[in-house]
Amino acid sequence: MSVPPPIAMLAELTHRCPLACPYCSNPLELTRKDSELDTAAWAGIFRQAADLGVLQLHLSGGEPATRRDLTELVAEARAAGLYTNLITSGIGLTEKRLRALDAAGLDHIQLSLQGTDAAMADRIGGYRGGFDRKLEVARLIGKIGFPLTLNAVLHRQNLHQLPRAIEMAVEMGARRIEVATVQFHGWALKNREALMPTRAQARAADATVAEARARLKGVLVIDYVRADYHSDYPKRCMGGWGTTGLNVTPEGTVLPCHAAQTIPGLVFDSVRDRPLAEIWYEGAAFAAYRGTDWMREPCAGCERKTVDFGGCRCQAMALAGDPAAADPVCIKSPHHAALQARAEAFATAEASEILWRAAAG
Amino acid sequence: MIGPEDIPVLPRGVRLHRDRVRGGWVLLAPERTLALDETGRAILAEIDGIRSFAAIAAALAATYDAPEAAIAADSQGFLGALLDRRFLEIRR
Repeated sequence: MSVPPPIAMLAELTHRCPLACPYCSNPLELTRKDSELDTAAWAGIFRQAADLGVLQLHLSGGEPATRRDLTELVAEARAAGLYTNLITSGIGLTEKRLRALDAAGLDHIQLSLQGTDAAMADRIGGYRGGFDRKLEVARLIGKIGFPLTLNAVLHRQNLHQLPRAIEMAVEMGARRIEVATVQFHGWALKNREALMPTRAQARAADATVAEARARLKGVLVIDYVRADYHSDYPKRCMGGWGTTGLNVTPEGTVLPCHAAQTIPGLVFDSVRDRPLAEIWYEGAAFAAYRGTDWMREPCAGCERKTVDFGGCRCQAMALAGDPAAADPVCIKSPHHAALQARAEAFATAEASEILWRAAAG
Repeated sequence: MIGPEDIPVLPRGVRLHRDRVRGGWVLLAPERTLALDETGRAILAEIDGIRSFAAIAAALAATYDAPEAAIAADSQGFLGALLDRRFLEIRR
């Protein structure tokens, strides 16, 4: 296949974070501060990304605000010509800092929401006082005028708060809300018994979203990531492996998706060793599951193969033990029935001890 | 639905951008990129936050030597979709 240039890049500036969410998308092995790329290295990557065709840059982490050079990084990204989005919990953003980010040209802020009250949010985030800080940051974001997306991460323990989360987005003046049901990779995979939604919760969320979309048309855009263990077809992961976006880790490793390192045998390149364009177009990890040539049955002959590209490779690895298998979420997967049974078992598990994410050194 | 007196405005965080790698123009918005065809770009390029929708439709009709009613109908559909996605705002 001819390889299109990537549209989006997720820059994981750091794995450090004051929060300890039990579904963190960072890997179990966290990068230490002394291994992080410095300001100049990131600036170089931003310019390479723009030259490669990236239009949207997501500055993420960990918590990107733990980087003391965040304002400088935003200015570098804008100078490179990238649409610059900050993905943050809000912790570490003062009014002074937000005004500096504004002056540096930050385009948009995505603020995470761990719960709709302090009791829930601070427990899930593992950070007391975090919810009140977040509300203050949301107010400052509105005051300065940044466009805002609220990112509500939902699971069994807080899915009942979805209607209130949608209300909060409207009250904050957000243009978008991402209703993101937890996807089970990394830390979340360790917490399936505590976080797996029930099927009834998943269906209630479908109904809440459908109702809110109709009622709030033109007011609030709702992007919805469903509870996929309870779905019949898998998600179109990453818009198709190696076709839409790429991730760069704090130390400069370039990944087709944030969980790709859970697939054994894949070889990843670093921007410290190789130009970004070469990694995108020629890197082994990007080539591995790009397009449809790697597929076997039931994917190879499936009419949906270019709709969802067989779903998520990391999930196929985690659940079927084979990264080239169909995502077991799919009803055509031989593992589908077993997965649904396991999802039900997780969702009704008595023991729901949460394992919080570790701190990055 | 955009009325003739409404003034369309691209809100903060939504901007036209020349895509120097793929060629052509895109509309960049929060976490979304919309590839624009010539018509879409021509309509958005007229939005200055000052002129009304009727004035913009008239300007486009003159530039492209096309019937104003047809231009207005096309633009209304296009801008209406942007309104729904919060890529556009209206000042009345």
